[in-house]
Amino acid sequence: MSKNVEILVKRQDSPKAPSYWVEFSVPYEEGMNVISLLQGIRRDPKDKSGKSVTPVTWESSCLEEVCGACTMVINGKVRQACTALVDQLEQPIKLEPMSKFPVERDLRVNRQRIFDNLKKVNAWVEVDGYHDLGPGPRQNPDDQTTTYKYSECMSCGCCMEVCPQFTKDNDFIGAAVLGQARLFNMHPTGEMQMPKRLDKVTDKGGIQDCGLAQQCVKACPKHIPLVEAIGQLQRDITVNKVFGALKK
Amino acid sequence: MSEKRVLIVGGGLAGLAAAMKACELGLEVDIFSMVHVKRSHSVCAQGGINGAVNTKGEGDSPYIHFVDTIKGGDFLADQPPVLSMCEAAPSVINMMDRLGVTFNRTPEGLLDFRRFGGTLHHRTAFAGASTGQQLLYSLDEQVRRWEAEGKVRKFENWEFTRLILDKDGRAVGLVAQDLTTMEFKSFPGLAVVLATGGPGLMFGKTTNSTINFGSATSAAYKQGVWYGNPEMVQIHPTGIPGSDKLRLISESARGEGGRVWVPRKAGDKRAWNEIPPAERYYFLEERYPLYGNLVPRDIASREIALICTKEGLGIGGRQAVYLDLTHQPEEYLLKKLGAILDIYEKFRGVDPKKVPMEIYPAYHYSMGGLYAGYEADSTGRLLKNSPKNQETNIPGVYAIGEADHQYHGANRLGANSLMSCIFAGLVCGESLAALAKNSKTAEAASSLLESECKLEEETYKKLAAQDGPENPFVIHKELGDAMSAYCLIERHNGELKKLQGMVDSFAERLKKASSLDKSNSGNMSAVFLRQLDGMITMSKAVVDAALLRDECRGAHSKPDFDNPAPSKETPIEDPAWTAYYEKFLAQTQTWLKTTVAKYDPKKSHPTIEYQTVDTRHLEPEPRDYTGVGKKAWAKFKEKRQATQAKA
Repeated sequence: MSKNVEILVKRQDSPKAPSYWVEFSVPYEEGMNVISLLQGIRRDPKDKSGKSVTPVTWESSCLEEVCGACTMVINGKVRQACTALVDQLEQPIKLEPMSKFPVERDLRVNRQRIFDNLKKVNAWVEVDGYHDLGPGPRQNPDDQTTTYKYSECMSCGCCMEVCPQFTKDNDFIGAAVLGQARLFNMHPTGEMQMPKRLDKVTDKGGIQDCGLAQQCVKACPKHIPLVEAIGQLQRDITVNKVFGALKK
Repeated sequence: MSEKRVLIVGGGLAGLAAAMKACELGLEVDIFSMVHVKRSHSVCAQGGINGAVNTKGEGDSPYIHFVDTIKGGDFLADQPPVLSMCEAAPSVINMMDRLGVTFNRTPEGLLDFRRFGGTLHHRTAFAGASTGQQLLYSLDEQVRRWEAEGKVRKFENWEFTRLILDKDGRAVGLVAQDLTTMEFKSFPGLAVVLATGGPGLMFGKTTNSTINFGSATSAAYKQGVWYGNPEMVQIHPTGIPGSDKLRLISESARGEGGRVWVPRKAGDKRAWNEIPPAERYYFLEERYPLYGNLVPRDIASREIALICTKEGLGIGGRQAVYLDLTHQPEEYLLKKLGAILDIYEKFRGVDPKKVPMEIYPAYHYSMGGLYAGYEADSTGRLLKNSPKNQETNIPGVYAIGEADHQYHGANRLGANSLMSCIFAGLVCGESLAALAKNSKTAEAASSLLESECKLEEETYKKLAAQDGPENPFVIHKELGDAMSAYCLIERHNGELKKLQGMVDSFAERLKKASSLDKSNSGNMSAVFLRQLDGMITMSKAVVDAALLRDECRGAHSKPDFDNPAPSKETPIEDPAWTAYYEKFLAQTQTWLKTTVAKYDPKKSHPTIEYQTVDTRHLEPEPRDYTGVGKKAWAKFKEKRQATQAKA
């Protein structure tokens, strides 16, 4: 006998429309994840009562938990839908869009704010050019182990979704962006631009808005040490201020 | 319009490299992408990027890299662009290092390199097991830097739908659709670069991302851009079966010592750890002693598929073989392969450090793509700063990355794609700058921009209003199943003809499909009708080209026309070798040609033509990964030269 998976989806037809819940029931297959449930719905777009509805809109790309696209709130927890295995989820499985970003349609939200904030903190290495200038600076393999961790950040927004300080209507830049500022401060060339970057990190909406709730680090799917990054940035800011004052 | 604005479609490695280089050379760039560029398919590349930096003292060189690449691609790649790529590769890796890619390091602090398939050298730089992601992020950061300076505008969550060509047939802009508001807009530009990746989703469940429709490629193809070598698609030997997609275990798992095996006895029901070593069949190691588990991808895929289907030795009779890393220390595996082993555990719930993985080949990559040309200098390398490099047959339209047909011939070597994407992007940036310098192109007439935009709006309106009984997502699933069954690992003309009929019937059913959704906000179903039409259009090119090519070359395997090498035990004096090489030469004469598919609006199928391959540096020879054929081939050539001299 075939079993079904019971699903509850919080839907919204357009950015300004009200949200509503729809129940779905999809035939079970071994090894299913939340993505395959949504794919199942669009191949037979009917709600649980059999009434035709429009297919659910969601965002996805790699389905290997390296792109960050399919982030949503699943049974109350923000995570990627591709690694949410049906066998490990309580039913009915509740799917909701992230709450800290504006909804575009159904489960798809607009996370442009993350990318705008990355722009604000100079999250890059300033190189002289893209021509051949020989090898980059030598680096200790242990340092690579540390920086690689930070560099796995896929701008998914999980840390912002759980952060009590990050709200839809304020301008806090959020933990992931601070983590990236820390990453470039650690790079041998990026370090040269640290003072400039630290100035940006303390601008309006910057590190001072962090309330140290430490929820970010628990929510990060890549286990990036975000609290550590924020702590180190704060120490660097202090040092920078002292030295800056001494120079004057 | 700024006279220096170029339009780049796609924000993966190739598109971002082109954007960054173009900005450095003084241009302004609009980037269009269906997702935030940081979520492009390049993130999926795990294993590494090739460049003969030769820090391991193995005597590796860019020329050996070139030979490996040409040979790996079964000589179907034009040699000047490949030679230039391999020569530039070490400096590209150095540049990426300077941009902050978190490459793995040696104890001395240098870049570390690992071995990959199709080579005997440690040539692959890597960043953990998410090298593609790390490279993409560094390029993304550089482009953001230019964005902050006002040189780049990004249109993310937009889909390219049409080239705007002036009366002389030159590209002067494009039309794209905002996937949230569903509105269309025209954008003028000096050139249009298509960096939109491969068309993998026509094969259904693959290792590709959910955005790899090939719809941009298809739109350009329908407007007259040629498509090169459509039949050349790569199957990755080590896919993980999944309900929504086929994930991948990187070739680096074999590079770091992974061994592929099956039980020697068909139907062996014992658990893996109850099978003693003598009863395990390490078939790649036994059949290819020189390269072992690291034979090129086409060979590994075929051996794995055939050992399951033809020889019936799959694990428990299923379509699966073991990829075993359990003999390696856990700490070593964590350090070298942590992220990819995580993926397996995350999606299969089993720890591959303790239990061998179960894998099976999966569609992975398209060597074929939009026909990208080049201009060679007198030494047979790309002419620097020629606006012809990476330009398609339509003036002002460029193709780079997986979307182009260059660099890989009939089969791509692992870790060469990341290099070819970045290299082609940088070359294209230079082409665009050269074009801008010499350009006397007038600004696109606003009436043309308006009328082309209107045209797309009308087409979309009709699509969105479609209300037939068919569900497009169901048609897509059937298309993928059919393409995977009849056009992937092995191809037979009878089956391919049947498949042509099936594809035609999908095209018919698409006309009777419903858009499922009439909304004009984030409507993913109506646009899917267009995307599916693109996949069906491109699949016709793939199937037709595969049907016509009566030979085995690289990834294209047609057993009825195979010319198998004598077994490696055959003495080199044996006439079997001569017969084999005679047939090889005849086949080269007939089939060493680039397939060019041209869309014909008057017909439901493409016109297929052929072009000569530029083999000026390296004479084609039979591929040999056993180490035996080399001597036999040398002897054959010697004899042949002697006979020719006499005549």
